[in-house]
Amino acid sequence: MEPGGAPPVATTEKARNRPDTPTGPGSPTGPGTPTGPGTPTGGDGPAAPTPRRLTSPLALTLLLLLMVLLQSPLRRALAAPVMQTWTTVFVAVMIQALPFLVLGVLLSAAIAVYVPPSFFARALPRHPALVVPVAGLAGAVLPGCECASVPVAGALVRRGVTPAAALAFLLSAPAINPIVLTATAVAFPRNPEMVLARFVASLLVACAMGWLWHRLGRTDWMRPPAHGRHESQSKGEAFWDSTRHDVMHAGGFLVVGAMAAATLKAVAPEHWLRAAADNPVVAVLALAVLAVVLSICSEADAFVAASLTQFSLTARLAFLVVGPMIDLKLFAMQAGTFGRGFAFRFAPATFVLAIGGAVLTGAVFL
Amino acid sequence: MNRQAQSAVLFLLGASLLHAGTTDLYLRYVKAGLQPLLLAAGAVLIATALATAWYEWRATSHGETATTPSAAPAHPEPRVSWLLVLPLLALILVAPPALGSYSATRTGTSLQEPLAYPALPAAGDLRLSVVDYAGRAVYDDGRTLTGRRIRLTGFLALDRDGTPYLVRMALNCCAADAQPVKVGLTGRIPPVLQPDTWLEITGTYTPHRVKDPVNDGPIPFIEVTGARPVPPPKDPYDETWNT
Repeated sequence: MEPGGAPPVATTEKARNRPDTPTGPGSPTGPGTPTGPGTPTGGDGPAAPTPRRLTSPLALTLLLLLMVLLQSPLRRALAAPVMQTWTTVFVAVMIQALPFLVLGVLLSAAIAVYVPPSFFARALPRHPALVVPVAGLAGAVLPGCECASVPVAGALVRRGVTPAAALAFLLSAPAINPIVLTATAVAFPRNPEMVLARFVASLLVACAMGWLWHRLGRTDWMRPPAHGRHESQSKGEAFWDSTRHDVMHAGGFLVVGAMAAATLKAVAPEHWLRAAADNPVVAVLALAVLAVVLSICSEADAFVAASLTQFSLTARLAFLVVGPMIDLKLFAMQAGTFGRGFAFRFAPATFVLAIGGAVLTGAVFL
Repeated sequence: MNRQAQSAVLFLLGASLLHAGTTDLYLRYVKAGLQPLLLAAGAVLIATALATAWYEWRATSHGETATTPSAAPAHPEPRVSWLLVLPLLALILVAPPALGSYSATRTGTSLQEPLAYPALPAAGDLRLSVVDYAGRAVYDDGRTLTGRRIRLTGFLALDRDGTPYLVRMALNCCAADAQPVKVGLTGRIPPVLQPDTWLEITGTYTPHRVKDPVNDGPIPFIEVTGARPVPPPKDPYDETWNT
């Protein structure tokens, strides 16, 4: 299967920490593993570096060496068309998402280090009924796709922005920024109302989720990683430390999402969709689920929606509203940034509200 | 993973992005317009790796035990970070090819009606893209194509019942959203058909068309008079919809 399935090297390291998991680092342990700050990571305690210990740089070197040695059997194993498609889509999702992830991580580090918490207290209205739509509209200024918005929202929460507002921002930013709306206009040249419908529906759902969190949400569901600057750190050190941490962290979860998306693209048959298109209710649900599993970048999803010509415009609107708010890759990244307890509550609620918002807006505009 | 290992992973990740972005490798996976972003991201990752390594070195060499990771146990990286090695290996060691006939036959043709039909050169062979030909053949009933000798370049895909198609994958952002546009081949089809070979087809317009078995999309045909294998183009995807 995938390259990481083989490494016996790092298994040793893992086995030492958690004898109950006989898995290597390559297996998608992803959101299922307790990855909290409390979990001991292997081998990096420099307190007593006994020479025989398998430290992570050593494990990494051995893993890379092993893979270079094994590269021809590896290539042969990946030569089957299914595996080739899987690898291509996996690499494509990663390459496409990494620049936006890096952009989001840099922004988030800048917010975390250079913007004082008092700025947000002054800039944002205090009343929750007001702050949520303001934050939702502010999403329009983050040019990029959903990979960028997760770390930024995480930084906002850590800087003391009320979670309801940060979440409204998280949901609206990937859907209503000018780049995405322009792409939507280009993809639907004969239905300019799609652009308006997408904007309205996305903003509506983002605000609804913000208000819902304000009413029902509990702070202990959300576990933003302890990320504070140490007193001894200079600003530059804190900036790069935050960048490194976020890329490693969110990047790891991005890999989980990319693997899931690649699996579905390479394995799931498309003719299932044809059967779904005939019933209007099933069509909306089918495209909403498709948006979740495909995990397409929000800058490109409009083109895919445009090509699903057998579906109604409302169903395609649901695809465009659900996709940027919740998909496999986003779920993995949210679980990494805010904790699993949060993601398991937040994702289903977002999914349901997004479908509702899309159907409602579709009934008005389309 | 400790900071040295993280710094190594970040450096390699940045270097592989730079490698993909400076060669044509990235065109197998993402649209051409993403190149500057890829290079910038690669540079930032390398800068992060160097900064991490430098602060780490400074901390240990100055003996400031207060800032070494052992004394600052706040956030050891989760094991999920190890997964970042996977894209690295896939990109450097495997470098998978662009999407080909396997995805093309599993996905329905994504032909959309063109906004306009720009005038074609009046004389000589017509060099058209697969997408352009299919659009004119289906939505303009081949008005601009009849009586002309047409050249198309694409790769070969065989349907389950053996119908040969000339395919070009159309791409909007990355290979995850790539979708095929297919043109069926009829007439003097080459005797040996190997899927995924790139061909330049010479032929004429024919009104024959079928529905794609996957999504009922329209697939026009071309009456083949000649075919010759060609090397894959630099950018294997059709990006005309990106403008």
